[in-house]
Amino acid sequence: MLANRKLILAHFWLAFGVFGIALTLGAWQMFIRSPIGTWLSNPELYYRSLTAHGTVMGYVFPTLVAMGFGYAISESALEQRLVGVRWAWTGFWLIVAGSITAVIPIALGRASVLYTFYPPLIGNVFYYLGVVLVVVGSWIWVALMAINLRVWRKAHPGAPVPLAMFANVAGSYLWAWTAVGAALELLLQIIPVAAGLKATIDAGLARVFFSWTLHAIVYFWLMPTYIAYYTIVPRAIGGRVYSDSMARISFILFLVVAMPIGMHHTFADPMVGAGFKFIHSAFTALVALPTLLTVFTICASVEIAARLRGGRGMFGWMKALPWDNPMMLALAFSFVMLGFGGAGGLINMSYQLDASIHNTQWITGHFHLIFGGAIVIMYFAIAYDLWPHLTGRELIDIRLIRTQLWLWFIGMIITTFPWHWVGILGMPRRMAYFDFGDPAIAPQALSVAFSAIGGFILLASGIMFIVVLARGMRAPQTDAGPYRFAVAVHQATTVPVALNTHALWVALMIALTLTNYGYPILNLALGGGTSVPAVYVGAQ
Amino acid sequence: MSTRDLFTFRNSHFRIGVGITAAILIVTAITGFIVLPFAQPWVQFANVWDAICSAAGVPQRAANVTAPEQTKRLSEVVLTSYTLSRPSQEAIGRGATLAQRCAICHGPTGISRADSPNLAGQYAAVIYKELHDFRSGARTNAVMSPFAVNLTDQEIADLSNYYAYLPRLPAYHPTPQLPKPNIVIYGAPIRGIAPCGACHGSLDNKTGSPWLEGQSEAYMKAQLQAFASGERRNDISQQMRNIARAMTPQEIEQAAAYYASQPPDVVKAVD
Ligand code: HEM
Ligand SMILES: [Cu+2]
Repeated sequence: MLANRKLILAHFWLAFGVFGIALTLGAWQMFIRSPIGTWLSNPELYYRSLTAHGTVMGYVFPTLVAMGFGYAISESALEQRLVGVRWAWTGFWLIVAGSITAVIPIALGRASVLYTFYPPLIGNVFYYLGVVLVVVGSWIWVALMAINLRVWRKAHPGAPVPLAMFANVAGSYLWAWTAVGAALELLLQIIPVAAGLKATIDAGLARVFFSWTLHAIVYFWLMPTYIAYYTIVPRAIGGRVYSDSMARISFILFLVVAMPIGMHHTFADPMVGAGFKFIHSAFTALVALPTLLTVFTICASVEIAARLRGGRGMFGWMKALPWDNPMMLALAFSFVMLGFGGAGGLINMSYQLDASIHNTQWITGHFHLIFGGAIVIMYFAIAYDLWPHLTGRELIDIRLIRTQLWLWFIGMIITTFPWHWVGILGMPRRMAYFDFGDPAIAPQALSVAFSAIGGFILLASGIMFIVVLARGMRAPQTDAGPYRFAVAVHQATTVPVALNTHALWVALMIALTLTNYGYPILNLALGGGTSVPAVYVGAQ
Repeated sequence: MSTRDLFTFRNSHFRIGVGITAAILIVTAITGFIVLPFAQPWVQFANVWDAICSAAGVPQRAANVTAPEQTKRLSEVVLTSYTLSRPSQEAIGRGATLAQRCAICHGPTGISRADSPNLAGQYAAVIYKELHDFRSGARTNAVMSPFAVNLTDQEIADLSNYYAYLPRLPAYHPTPQLPKPNIVIYGAPIRGIAPCGACHGSLDNKTGSPWLEGQSEAYMKAQLQAFASGERRNDISQQMRNIARAMTPQEIEQAAAYYASQPPDVVKAVD
């Protein structure tokens, strides 16, 4: 059993609680703007909901999952007492305080600016301060992860850092650095305007800062999922990690190339030079590499499990896999969604093709498939796997768990495939209603109706997930034993310094940020004359 | 395992990691800043440096194209959310004195008995902008223009503050309140028309847009038609012309009739 159960459970429960609320809002949004719903007479309500949905799903929920999982990893992979428990609680309460601070102005309609902030739109200052508190709380976690690893290294000089912790710390460093972009945007640009100290804002510069955060944050969301692929799935299905070094290289690559590529979000923006867009686009192509490595390594690890269970043949081994094991199901679903989502991503990353889907519903379809689908389904799997170690009770509803995972998968496909399709047809994103009675878009009505139905399937699945966890708090007690991670085929006894530490890769990450962002930022920040008057929302 | 062993070219991981990263950066930079700019036959660069600057997004001096000749004056008013946001009592008092000249048409309490706009409680920024536009000629009206041409900046600000300060009263031409037509609640998304209230106060207010409740039906209809025909053109960036042009004549009538029938108390204040 883990020692800091309360701490980890607090993170998970808060994460899944806010997730449940945001999920309900998501289903409502999809419904209300579909031909099944009736139009809202006040579109502001849509944007209010959308701001809450995006802020929770983008910032609060994944951060809490990464933090809770990170504490569990630190304690169990390092087999050492968590250092800084009091600080960890401080971080948690900062996130609670930040979430409340942010959600009040959203609920009052004073901050319907969407989670990407969208300057020159400016909302109530407390919304932004709340987001800053959430980020500061998570930075405490980053520091604790680094400190815990350092303490462990002192006690185990030269020993290979367990893979789960190596990856976890890599993820935390990535987050620490990528959050700086949005932090600069908030602290230097938006908050002074929202607080009434300034009345103009450079929206172009703000977008560049935000793009600094926006891509790598995606990989921060992804980190727990990838850690689960490598260090939980093989153990849970009775296999081994095919290659420990390959895993480390994947995480290292994420650290280096997830950062200097964010300007693929500004392809359509005039304030960034085409040369920089090209560099970012080229580096974006590289970020497929660690994912391809991962897919390869995990497939090989799964094959090992199948062969250990007596599977044979070129593909026949797949039948030998434990398909009734929720972890196996989650992995398979996750990979299918990752595959489709990844294929869509290739379109987004290329300068020319992006133009046809920029700001359309394709984008929202895409990231729901990858993030809400491939990533979040593994968050479920992580929770299921950890739960007995946190509660000391067994999860008995295995059938319910399987149904839940199936529904999430099916719901996500039904929601996102038509969502992509209407995007290709040109339906814009972030709109409160569509006039499906108009012949110009009438053919899209059916697709959107399907998405709305898919949304309710997802909502049902989300409710089941919470029910399973809640019932797990009252199930019969068991001793789950120590929490273990998968071992590799060749468990490393020595690892080269570069693959056992992060310094070199963090240095490269920062260096590439400077080369790829330095000039565009300085150009806008020092150029002057590019600010526009702020537009205050809901400031009545 | 010190950083000294890590950050050295003797370490093969360092060599490879830094080497590959630098190589990719250099290759992509050369491609993005030199090769691709010159690959565009329709753009001419004086030299390599010129191409690099262009690809880097260095602000370029605008080429020597002359802006198309403006035949009609456009609005030159700059509004922010802070325009006239904190009026003093004296300013309001001066405005009250000046406003006596306006009362013939706009009414002694800012409520018009003719088909002129009611000004009592209108947003200050709106009156400020319209007076400036009448003065500059961006908006013209046979009756109103002569009043505006001689106003000073100070007088315009004072008048705006005074009228914004007056309480909003019911209009003189009460009709039964009409139900909201679709064009007002939803706009027409497919034609790019937002709901009127998204700017005009009942849902949200965008600086410079007036609230419309209780205004004269004939006046509003005439203005929408003037926007649609391009006769009135002092809306910044054609915000209102784009909408009016996309409205059908019935929608114009419905919207004007609906707003005229509304009491002004549903309008949100600005701070
Ligand atoms: C019941 C399931 C869900 C439904 C039906 C749903 C629906 C929606 C809708 C309709 C939008 C707005 C699209 C637009 O107007 O452009 C949206 C945005 C978003 N959703 Fe979801 N969502 C769901 C689950 C999730 C999940 C699980 C996540 C991630 C964990 C997520 C993350 C986001 C984010 C980050 C945005 C962007 C907000 C923005 O554009 O400002 N959603 N969602
Ligand atoms: Cu991205």
